[in-house]
Amino acid sequence: MKKIALLAIGSGLLTQPVIADELFFEATGKLSTEFTYYPSEGQFSQQDYHSNFSAALSPEFYWEWNDGQDNLTFKPFLRKDQRDSERSHADIRELNWVHLADNWELRSGLRKVFWGVTEFQNLVDVINQKDSVEGLDNEHKLGQPMINLSLVKDWGIVDLFALTGFREQTYPSVDGRLRAGLTVDDSLTSYESSRKEKHIDLAARWSHSIDVYDIGAHWYKGTDRSPQYQAVSNNGDTVLKAHYQQIEQVGLDVQATIDNWLYKGEVIYQDNPTDHYWASQIGAEYTFYGIQESATDLGILVEYGYDQRGTNASANMQNDIGFGARLAFNDAQSSSLLAGVIHDLDYHGTSFSVEADRRFGDNWKASLEARAFSPGKDTDPSSIFAKDDYIKLTLDRYF
Amino acid sequence: MKINKFATSLIAGSVLTLSTVSLFAQTAEEQGLAISQESIKRDNGWVDMLASMNMVLRNKQGQESVREIRMKTLEVDGDGDKSLSIFDKPRDVKGTAFLSFSHNVGADDQWLYLPALKRVKRIASRNKSGPFMGSEFSFEDLASFEIEKYQYKFIKEEACDIGTCFVVEQYPTDKNSGYTKRIAWIDKAEYRMLKTEFYDRKGSLLKTLTSHDFNQYNGKFWRADLMKMVNHQNHKSTDLKWNDYKFGNGLSDSDFNKNTLKRAR
Repeated sequence: MKKIALLAIGSGLLTQPVIADELFFEATGKLSTEFTYYPSEGQFSQQDYHSNFSAALSPEFYWEWNDGQDNLTFKPFLRKDQRDSERSHADIRELNWVHLADNWELRSGLRKVFWGVTEFQNLVDVINQKDSVEGLDNEHKLGQPMINLSLVKDWGIVDLFALTGFREQTYPSVDGRLRAGLTVDDSLTSYESSRKEKHIDLAARWSHSIDVYDIGAHWYKGTDRSPQYQAVSNNGDTVLKAHYQQIEQVGLDVQATIDNWLYKGEVIYQDNPTDHYWASQIGAEYTFYGIQESATDLGILVEYGYDQRGTNASANMQNDIGFGARLAFNDAQSSSLLAGVIHDLDYHGTSFSVEADRRFGDNWKASLEARAFSPGKDTDPSSIFAKDDYIKLTLDRYF
Repeated sequence: MKINKFATSLIAGSVLTLSTVSLFAQTAEEQGLAISQESIKRDNGWVDMLASMNMVLRNKQGQESVREIRMKTLEVDGDGDKSLSIFDKPRDVKGTAFLSFSHNVGADDQWLYLPALKRVKRIASRNKSGPFMGSEFSFEDLASFEIEKYQYKFIKEEACDIGTCFVVEQYPTDKNSGYTKRIAWIDKAEYRMLKTEFYDRKGSLLKTLTSHDFNQYNGKFWRADLMKMVNHQNHKSTDLKWNDYKFGNGLSDSDFNKNTLKRAR
């Protein structure tokens, strides 16, 4: 680990004099190159292509001072996409200062937070906006401005959040794949709150581990991360307009870890101006360790997603069952394979996915991802992806 | 029975060597237990420890790959240790961290932090026999040594690299262990485990671990700078180099929770 004395970092950030020797700095990062192949041309106009190149750069800069009691992280993100001008985008994933004390931490700035325990979707994961153009897995999120006080108590960890600004969801452009027939025009975006994207959202979460149980409970009040859509005419084109409501939500997530079993559940209750409803995601995972006298572990999982609003739900898993299999080879290259199937019990549509990855040498990693969509009834919302089956190869260089 | 109890308390309470104790006609099992208890007793009271691990994995062809991990460990009275491991290399797992509360009896509590997702996952600790980071060390090889984890049998004394060693067989009590037996060579002078042979579930010799370059810290605790694990069945090996041992760092329970796991670096 390099210990570099940096004399000139934004000195305004440092409220107390720093002896150069005490300042720790580290720069790391990742360069990703991806190639996607679509066996079919898309079903919508301007999707008449089979392949796409894209590259993304995400460096991370980290400073630590005051004997480790204060640190600053800066993590910008930049993507250039061959076809999709909206997917070519930049974001600040993280730019935050953290102050540590014995039993509390204060975290201020742009951050990413994860809540939840399940695998196919995370209903309780409400803090960050999705960076949807990055992929369907919802693992990519936009940096969320916040002040987060985290208190460590004997009876658990309490996190209090003031979310000091809102980020709109990102959408593919008309040239992008994996989009609806109509594109979202972000110049038309509207909000229920008169303060629009400046509305301060509030959240609190308690989490604790008791014996084999890991439990989290949250409350959230503020702008819904998922907007409602309305088709409107704009300069003669029909486009989608996104409207962000104010919501209040409580939720619970629990995992029980018992021998080879993981039992998982997430449940939320949301109240908003148009609806109030329950939704849940529950499931279990069983792992066979060292199958066939090898070092390979095989995990089998099943999850069910329910939304009280039924087919009116904005969620994808409103009455869906998902199956997954996870192979971890536990070799020197950390090779792994994950396969999943989600079946919609209302629309009878099915989607398939396979992800595999493996390290090469010390600093490279290759991943392969394939998805196929088999929509059910004509009304199946996933029919927009009917021609978007794809296989994607990603090569990551870490530095 | 009385005399055996007396013998056990003698060895626990004094620095008598076992050759003296064996005069009390203990069974081989009792002798094996007594030696193991003494080795644990001699390593008691280190309170907390910081150390860096550098692993070099070698495959059959001699190709190497490197793992770098930093560890914080807290001794817990009457139970297993708490530890936090932070991964620095390979680079794709940098920032990944592992929190473990081990227990003398029952399953350990383990959490893994995945920095790309900012996700903390509670993981099943049932997987004791699996490889650690693709190395020839399994999770159980790296876990803290607790008396309840084995049954013991003293075999013999024999000459070893540093003087004379007790040879003790250890039979795992945990049904999830990857081994049926370990044979440990423990030096008579300082009760350090110099060599261990691991026998797989079929009873065949699987691996040999040798420990080298011992240093004594705080006038009491012996630690090896180098541990070599050789797998006789797949012909791979892993060298584990320990650096920067530091004892008595003032660590406490508050250094081992999900918040410290998420910001470990």
